[in-house]
Amino acid sequence: MHGTIKSPDYKTVFPLYKAENNRAKPMSLNYPFAALVGQDEMKRALMLAAIDPTIGGVLVFGDRGTGKSTAIRALADLLPERETVAGCPYGCAPQHEAGLCGACETGTKRKTVKSKVPVVDLPLGATEDRIVGALDLERALAHGEKKFEPGLLARAHGGFLYIDEVNLLEDHLVDVLLDVTASGENLVEREGLSVRHPAKFVLVGSGNPEEGELRPQLLDRFGLCVEVRTPTDIATRIEVVKRRDAFERDRAGFIAQFTKEADKLRKTIVAARKKLDDVDLPPEILEKSAALCLALGTDGLRGELTLMRAARALAALDGKKSVMLAHLKTVAPSVLRHRLRKNPLEDVGSTVRVERALEAALS
Amino acid sequence: MSEKAPDLWQTACEAVSLLAASASGLGGIVVKAPPGPVRDAFLAMLKQALPQGTPFIRMPHALPEARLTGGIDLASTLAAGKPVFERGLLASAHGGVLLAGMAERMDRAIAARLEAALDTGHVRIERDHISDNVPAGFALVLFDEGEPGEDAPPASLTDRLAFSIDLSGLSWRDLGGDDVLRPACQQLSPMAVALAKGHAETLVALADALGIASLRAPLLAAMAARANAARAGRQETDETDIANAARLVLAHRATRLPAPPEEQQTPPPEEQQEQSSNPEPDTMETQDRPLEDQILDAIASAIPADLLAQLQAGRGGRLAGRGAEAGRKAPATRGRPLGARRGDPRRERLDLLETLRSAAPWQRLREQRGDAAIAVRKEDLRVRRFRPKSRTTTIFVVDASGSSALHRLAEAKGAVELVLAECYVRRDEAALIAFRGQKAEVILPPTRSLTRARALLKGLPGGGGTPLALGLDAARQLADTVRRKGDRPFLILLTDAQANVGRDGLGGRQKAEEDALASAAALQRDGYESLLIDTSPRPQPKASALADRMGARYLALPHADARRLAAAIVPAR
Repeated sequence: MHGTIKSPDYKTVFPLYKAENNRAKPMSLNYPFAALVGQDEMKRALMLAAIDPTIGGVLVFGDRGTGKSTAIRALADLLPERETVAGCPYGCAPQHEAGLCGACETGTKRKTVKSKVPVVDLPLGATEDRIVGALDLERALAHGEKKFEPGLLARAHGGFLYIDEVNLLEDHLVDVLLDVTASGENLVEREGLSVRHPAKFVLVGSGNPEEGELRPQLLDRFGLCVEVRTPTDIATRIEVVKRRDAFERDRAGFIAQFTKEADKLRKTIVAARKKLDDVDLPPEILEKSAALCLALGTDGLRGELTLMRAARALAALDGKKSVMLAHLKTVAPSVLRHRLRKNPLEDVGSTVRVERALEAALS
Repeated sequence: MSEKAPDLWQTACEAVSLLAASASGLGGIVVKAPPGPVRDAFLAMLKQALPQGTPFIRMPHALPEARLTGGIDLASTLAAGKPVFERGLLASAHGGVLLAGMAERMDRAIAARLEAALDTGHVRIERDHISDNVPAGFALVLFDEGEPGEDAPPASLTDRLAFSIDLSGLSWRDLGGDDVLRPACQQLSPMAVALAKGHAETLVALADALGIASLRAPLLAAMAARANAARAGRQETDETDIANAARLVLAHRATRLPAPPEEQQTPPPEEQQEQSSNPEPDTMETQDRPLEDQILDAIASAIPADLLAQLQAGRGGRLAGRGAEAGRKAPATRGRPLGARRGDPRRERLDLLETLRSAAPWQRLREQRGDAAIAVRKEDLRVRRFRPKSRTTTIFVVDASGSSALHRLAEAKGAVELVLAECYVRRDEAALIAFRGQKAEVILPPTRSLTRARALLKGLPGGGGTPLALGLDAARQLADTVRRKGDRPFLILLTDAQANVGRDGLGGRQKAEEDALASAAALQRDGYESLLIDTSPRPQPKASALADRMGARYLALPHADARRLAAAIVPAR
């Protein structure tokens, strides 16, 4: 891609490819989203974020082996294509409210092309130069020339940035993310080079709470927080094992089985996006959501705002013209559970607290 | 032990042969073995099972991120005048085996990289100006060299590896032939084998019977069953494949012993353990029983005989392998080195070599601007990162109420002293909270001093009601303080769980029990590791319910004396 060294010169040659030993060669063949068994809250949250990116990110916390990463990686294949400015290294989308980079803003004619919505993996151990972007090393070395080489934040613009094991992310990288997600743009100052480009993306994180807490500032950046549990119901567990096994044996065939459902899901998302602006928010819903936030003592307005956005996106997903109480009830746990103040005397988990407050506020 | 030895070695051979049949699909194997002839024999056997020329990569214990994933090769880069990248260990192991020693001390960040590679078969590189996705499908061999009581290898990593085998009790004399390695006939690809109808159900039911929560276990077992069938040249799995897979993949993950079908009552743990370690499957009887019951009988001997001890040590528990990592604090300026990162040398220690390394590639660019011999800019500055060694503070929470209190208390005191002596060696600390009547008191604040502890313990009185909730709240408060200090609290609750004083200090059994359960849930929510020792003469369902709510490991030691208590506690920490 844009100036990044795609096929570096390695000192040694890779050993010969052994088909037997390499089951995961085709990276594009992800487990289909439509084939995920259960985990409805997680699937819903990801779809809501795809419908309305301003909801602001999804955090998936839960047990080992519950398909957190699988679901998020599957998202890429589910999203409808988007229009981007041809040749723009930042993937600017003219119709999108995400903003344009300097070149696209001033450029006279903007030819657009269809492209996939990026779901960019931010692996643990990524260094700052690759995240924010840095000077193109090859050009600097060979020609003594300064050219900016965009990083992962540029690649994720207009799409999703996924961090697995988000609670293990190093502190100085968390700082970078906090800064960029707050301002929506990435500012790089290096070797006398000053680059500014838009970087608006939906932050998706996953992790296991047993491996350390998330910094409250970063926690607050996530619009929705879902908890996933290992299914205990035997029938569900059997279905998971059967599907996964079928997938491992014949990836392409398995994906083909679910194309129809995937298309249906994709169409639902497109329709919901179109409908989103026309969805009505009745005043009594606004009142209820304010009452709910008040009862739970969530800090700031962000919770309330996210609650309304998520409820509206869900109404759009349901194909409804106006938000109903049921929508609010459904999204409230995901929106509020990570915003509660920790109360040392409270004897139950945050999900139960939200549910109790829901009952009290909505009855 | 030596009677089982040839079996163990045989099992190791079988696991290796399945790994060889389907390298990366099974994740790998955990081998509990100290360095020595047995481990060498295992490695030799592994090498023999794999085709010649298979990559066999050793991973050093402490290695920088760049060595693992690959990064820039500075010397070659400067010589060539263009970026040259060095392949990391993960990519080098592609299509082969990656060996990691001292897995019990593995850094969490390194474990996370290995997990990502195991999940995707690739390694994603985003560092040192390189962006790439390199194939890295390998089988991981983790050598667990931990002594009893030390941390276990990261549970999230071992969850992804199909096999686990304990060779630590073996001597080289026990090692038998390894003829299992040669496949019986023309080998198929495991991908060509289908799971027979009903076999997925059987594996899930088996995992359930053994109390295995993770869904990866039945998935890995399914893969192992297919590999087993492939070795025998079958196109569909049969019962022996499922039985073998269950024995090799599921048995070692058991967190509970399957209930014997005839007896409805569960016998006390020790007794049950003995039963299952010498099973006599009655062939006449097993005919008309479901497949999973037959297999459970057959694999009972593969369930580690020391399951109880392992549960205490956290191998089966949810909190396994997180230990020292939780609650760590940054930035530290001493401890185990963790590599370098960009930073301000005025606040942290400068890493000169890394700073020069990061400045080097830019010299040509900076030269043009007429800078000095070596131009180092602010963005090149690298500081050292350290991980502080976090200590464990064992907090005893002792029920000093009426009934059995005086007796229990004496034992608890004895146990605290014994554990303290051990803490002294490990530079860990211990504390003691006692609750009785209407209050809970910190009798002994966290200390390493034996004399001080003895003096304080001597004056500890007993008698009165049981304000269990207050005791738990006090424990959480103290645990909070310990965690804020950057240490790891470990709670040991000794009680019969017969709460009769509520959080408000008033009597009333029902309210008291509700309060206690609520306080227990708060402990679990905050993620404190704990062990509940049921001290009542007969194990109580109330106590195990409380342990459940706390997320605590439960141990019924009806007539434990101080020495047995200490023996149970030391490995649990």
